[in-house]
Amino acid sequence: MRRFWLYAAVLIGAAVMLFPFLWTVITSITPEGSLADGPKLIVHNPTLDAYRTLLDAMPIWRILINSLLIAGASTVLQLITGSMAAYGFARLHFPLKNVVFGCYLATLMVPLQVLVVPLFIEMKTLNLQDTYFALLAPTIASAFGVFLLRQAVTAVPTELDEAATIDGAGHLRIFTTIVLPLIRPALATVAVFAFMGSWNSFLWPLVVIRSPEFMTLPLGLSTLQGQFTTQWDVVMAGSVVSIVPIAVVYLLAQRHIIAGVAHTGIK
Amino acid sequence: MSTPTLTRPSARRSAPRQSRPGRRAQGWKKLGWVLFFLLPSAIPLTVFTLVPMVSSLWVSLHKWNLISPMQWVGLDNYTNLLSDPMTRRVFLHTLIYVAGYLPLVYAGGLGLALVLNQRLKGRAFLRATYFLPVVTSWVVVALVWKWLLNPANGLVNQILGALGLGQPGWWTDPHWALPAVILSSAWKDLGFVMVILLAGLQAIPSDVHEAALVDGANGWQRFWRITLPLLSPSTFFVVVISLINGFQVFDQVYVMTAGGPSGSSQVVVGQIYDLTFRYGRAGEASALSWILFAVILVITVFQIRGQRKWVHYA
Repeated sequence: MRRFWLYAAVLIGAAVMLFPFLWTVITSITPEGSLADGPKLIVHNPTLDAYRTLLDAMPIWRILINSLLIAGASTVLQLITGSMAAYGFARLHFPLKNVVFGCYLATLMVPLQVLVVPLFIEMKTLNLQDTYFALLAPTIASAFGVFLLRQAVTAVPTELDEAATIDGAGHLRIFTTIVLPLIRPALATVAVFAFMGSWNSFLWPLVVIRSPEFMTLPLGLSTLQGQFTTQWDVVMAGSVVSIVPIAVVYLLAQRHIIAGVAHTGIK
Repeated sequence: MSTPTLTRPSARRSAPRQSRPGRRAQGWKKLGWVLFFLLPSAIPLTVFTLVPMVSSLWVSLHKWNLISPMQWVGLDNYTNLLSDPMTRRVFLHTLIYVAGYLPLVYAGGLGLALVLNQRLKGRAFLRATYFLPVVTSWVVVALVWKWLLNPANGLVNQILGALGLGQPGWWTDPHWALPAVILSSAWKDLGFVMVILLAGLQAIPSDVHEAALVDGANGWQRFWRITLPLLSPSTFFVVVISLINGFQVFDQVYVMTAGGPSGSSQVVVGQIYDLTFRYGRAGEASALSWILFAVILVITVFQIRGQRKWVHYA
């Protein structure tokens, strides 16, 4: 009996979590006029009109590609820069290493908001505002990634390196053929967080981007809201376009996220 | 550690004759490797984080509208902000947000973690469902909730109406704008807290519970005396992260209420944004962002110091 109530509670909860998404999809295919009557569960005349309006209203493909491009690039770059730095901190010995690592950690503690104004000015001075590079710049390297990956590299036994060194392998060989394959779960976790961070980021694109051709999804969606305050089906169609890719990325990496969180010392 | 012991024999073999230049060459080579591995991350972090950090401090000491030349004002921006009632107001709103959001998200996340840690059918699916809002962008979540909480024909008010309850004006009513933001934020972050606490629950050895069971402790006692104390490191992490993030709340406010109606849900970061890009007061905005940073830092340091009193590491 207790189990029954447990299931009931969890399923109701899951419904509450899923409902807004379900509703988003339903609204996006509901014929425009019927929205005024309030929400319905069953759509009588499903239509893709809202998606067509969306296509006409803004370069939605361009925006989608921008988002994928920037999120993809920042994920790849963060994996490269992060894993290299992680190897450097975990395996190389140099003076002031702890001070340098401390500087990395310091950048982690500064909220983005502190940086937004001067970063914007920097981009303006370099004449880089309204470019792909401006969108990408703050996410090329992340101290969070370095920190997480350093933990993972440290956990790789040094005996493996030593054996490889005897065989004549240099740092580059050890890094690419021994360390990288062994820290794959940590890399997956960093990849998901990097992709998520870039895909969903709002404040920085809002500040640095003016023209529609460089817009990312969160920006595009927020402008939709202004244009279509009464046409929620269009706004919800935009939301669907934005949720689907990230949901796919998440489902692909789901196992790694929960395992990754459990293994990175955030317990 | 491994490198010196392994390279020493070869170094020693050629040591006597060319010891100095040899060692120097090796030193350069070592430095080369350090630079090779660290520069790809060090350069962007310096250019796009450290430099803006320092220049933001510099900007905060000036009067500046982003266009005309900067004008040195010393600490005026800071003293002006501290005496401005607007500052107090946006900090109060941020505090209310955190005070409402944290208990909601922790209680909800804990309940979920406890349930989904049991052997239930479809556990993986349920965990994924509860995590889905975490990966969705704030803009989408805020839009969807703005629409669900629509005072006129939103689903929430329809349900409340059907139950014969009051129908708040949510984001159109100054009293309800902040609670609307809090509700949607808690809904979104529940899954994140759940995952952290799940990881914590799984770290508790099962024999502790078994021992308590043998001693005749009931479920309630085991929860308060064992689970909660042993979960304190995860709780600590959740509280620290939620407070840091909570004080930086912006996206959902910007999309749902834009700080309104009549400034009733304006938060600190919203104010920083408006000061810079609406009113052209970049100096004050920079000063306000440093005040916010200082507040977050002080709170975090206090928490880390205070953790000894209630965080038990098994």
